[in-house]
Amino acid sequence: MSTRHRLLSMLVENHPGVLNKVSSMIRRRGMNITSLSVGETDDESVSRMTVAIDVGRAQADQAVKQLYKLIEVIKISDITEDPIIDRELVLCKVTAGRGDRSELLQIIDIFKAKIADVATDSMVIEMSGAEDQVETFLELVRPFGIKEVARSGTVAMTRGREGLRLSAKHQARTPAQQDLAAAERQRRSAGVLVGD
Amino acid sequence: MTGADRMCEAILGAGVGTVFGYPGGAIMPFYDALLRHPLRHVLVRHEANAGFAADGYARISGGVGVCVVTSGPGATNLATALASAFMDSVPVVAITGQVASHLVGTDAFQETDVTGLTLPVTKWSTVVRHADELSPALHRAFAVAVEGRPGPVLVDVCKDVQAGPAAPDGWEPVGQMCRGHRSVDGASLDAVAVLLRGAQRPVILAGHGVLQAGAEAALLRLAEHWKVPVATTLLGLGAFPEDHRLSLGMMGMHGDVQVNRTIDSADLLVAVGMRFDDRVTGDLSKYARNARVVHVDIDAAEMGKNVCPDVALVCDARTALEALVTLPAPHVDQAWPPSVPGSDNRAYLDTLDDTVFVAPQAITLLDRISSDDAIVVTDVGQHQMWEAQFYTHRPGRSLATSAGCGAMGYAVGAGMGAKLAAPHREVWVVCGDGGFQMSSCELATLAQEQLDLTVVVVNNGYLGMVRQWQERFFDRRYSFTRLTGPDLLQLAAAYGILGLRADTAAQADAALRQAQAHAGPCLVDLRVLAEDNVYPMIAPGRPLGEMLVRPGAPHGSERPGLVGDTL
Repeated sequence: MSTRHRLLSMLVENHPGVLNKVSSMIRRRGMNITSLSVGETDDESVSRMTVAIDVGRAQADQAVKQLYKLIEVIKISDITEDPIIDRELVLCKVTAGRGDRSELLQIIDIFKAKIADVATDSMVIEMSGAEDQVETFLELVRPFGIKEVARSGTVAMTRGREGLRLSAKHQARTPAQQDLAAAERQRRSAGVLVGD
Repeated sequence: MTGADRMCEAILGAGVGTVFGYPGGAIMPFYDALLRHPLRHVLVRHEANAGFAADGYARISGGVGVCVVTSGPGATNLATALASAFMDSVPVVAITGQVASHLVGTDAFQETDVTGLTLPVTKWSTVVRHADELSPALHRAFAVAVEGRPGPVLVDVCKDVQAGPAAPDGWEPVGQMCRGHRSVDGASLDAVAVLLRGAQRPVILAGHGVLQAGAEAALLRLAEHWKVPVATTLLGLGAFPEDHRLSLGMMGMHGDVQVNRTIDSADLLVAVGMRFDDRVTGDLSKYARNARVVHVDIDAAEMGKNVCPDVALVCDARTALEALVTLPAPHVDQAWPPSVPGSDNRAYLDTLDDTVFVAPQAITLLDRISSDDAIVVTDVGQHQMWEAQFYTHRPGRSLATSAGCGAMGYAVGAGMGAKLAAPHREVWVVCGDGGFQMSSCELATLAQEQLDLTVVVVNNGYLGMVRQWQERFFDRRYSFTRLTGPDLLQLAAAYGILGLRADTAAQADAALRQAQAHAGPCLVDLRVLAEDNVYPMIAPGRPLGEMLVRPGAPHGSERPGLVGDTL
């Protein structure tokens, strides 16, 4: 992560419109999303979002508080300064004539990347790593001629035992319990954060 | 039992007896069910006013206000009212009809993405496309509207869900709602105590949060215990008795010189349930530069948003004030708050002769004759500021106004809501001739419901506040601020309600008294001085210290078209 970016990790309710609410809140506060990834967690009613925004610490703090006011946001944490593992997957289609291949294979080897597809004059390389590694990798293959790039956006979690988990209260699944949990979240939205 | 019956039960279960709305295709099953439930429905003449009425109802009752409109244009018309409730943190539950679930996304007749449309102006919203989602959605809506920092929520219910059988589930009526109370931690309280010990020039800044937490008495106790003066925001009017010796009055852009001077030279601000809006602070970089700040608000996101507090208490105002009162009083300077000679904004009224009739005179008259528990509902503009300045606000929920959003056309609708929330209290709607013409269709509603309230139109033939800014900031180029209007006496007669008119202060006195004695709706046309300005004033973006005062006042020389001296 470059120093300008702040990385937010959050657990949100998994239903239509939530991504819109999250991205819209960030937009409304005049911030720009540089990377975003969403996917279900082990609990199908909960999604995890990892969002990178290009703001300073104080603005990120405001973003976290505003996002936590969204009823559907269950937990949120700014993990920029935590010890984290962050990964991004990139698929990169490069021109690969006969003469270039051995050099490309060396780069692929260094980055522990894979060849996902080969054609007569191009190949698709699959690579994953932290954002700066991805950037370096793309820089190195650029001279060969990049035809296409698809990046997944960063996913991240903190190292060690602690992490962004639902408490038992939030794992309650009956509608009444969900409502209680929502009310509890709302009460806590007065307080500062989470990510226990 | 249908989904629509569930909706009626949910509203009744939340303790709401009156809803405001306007029917249409996609909400018809609900309207049919209304006939089967003991729920009063007020038919407005424009959906925005259903929203404003629900807002007024909520502000005065202290509970939730409910409005019901149809899909598409019904919901888009409602959006302004939701924006106003959102900016002022008013708990409103909006129920909108949506096209049948199988038609969603097909550009069906009167289909609009209502939750998308209202996303930035609601605290929470959801679309109900299946019967089993309905009860949890309603339950959640009523809880979310009042929990923590209150706000408007929206439940968009597909027509087939309303008409179809209600899903059997454990849905219980919400009944009494719990508030988002939190305790004050000891460490923060100790930190406040340290600041208090060092403070000689403290001020308490009270906002809407004090009223919403029902903390008026706690604030009074704290102010008297600490012997610290209290300034209020526009929405904080009523949080502290304005005839109290410690009351400073309203702060900010049109606050009294004395109030802003006091804040500007304070060494400690204890801000309670307010959010340091730009209309309150002026130039933030120069705001109360020598003051330490204790900020109490139930919304953590307000901490450090505009002003960085030395101590942040994320808590409802009442709990916080009750904790703060346990701290020893600061040693307040003898000469605090400072008195600014000749800064009395009211003094100029005494200099007027019978030939002029200005709006502040009318507000002063209203202040004199209105009952002690009267409710005043103001619209947006000059009259709103004059009401704030010249009316003596008593503690409690007695003022409703669109402050943060500044939505013209608010007052007549909100006044209907206020009257129905408190049928035994006197209600005065005060609006300008601009805002009145945005909402005058509601005279029909007043007549149909025979609501006993008075609409006072401060009629100067201008969009006065914009004209004032054109005078001051655009060299008197009055671009489209002159407006004509109907003959209000004939208009009142056309709607079958009492109409009265005044061209002088003496006539105004008689008209207001007659309106007060009249049972039923009444329209009073006050034809006041056309080109009058609200003073004092801080130009937008300027610091608190730079107040423009009325020409002729001892400390000012503001004249039209000239740059005035600043105090």
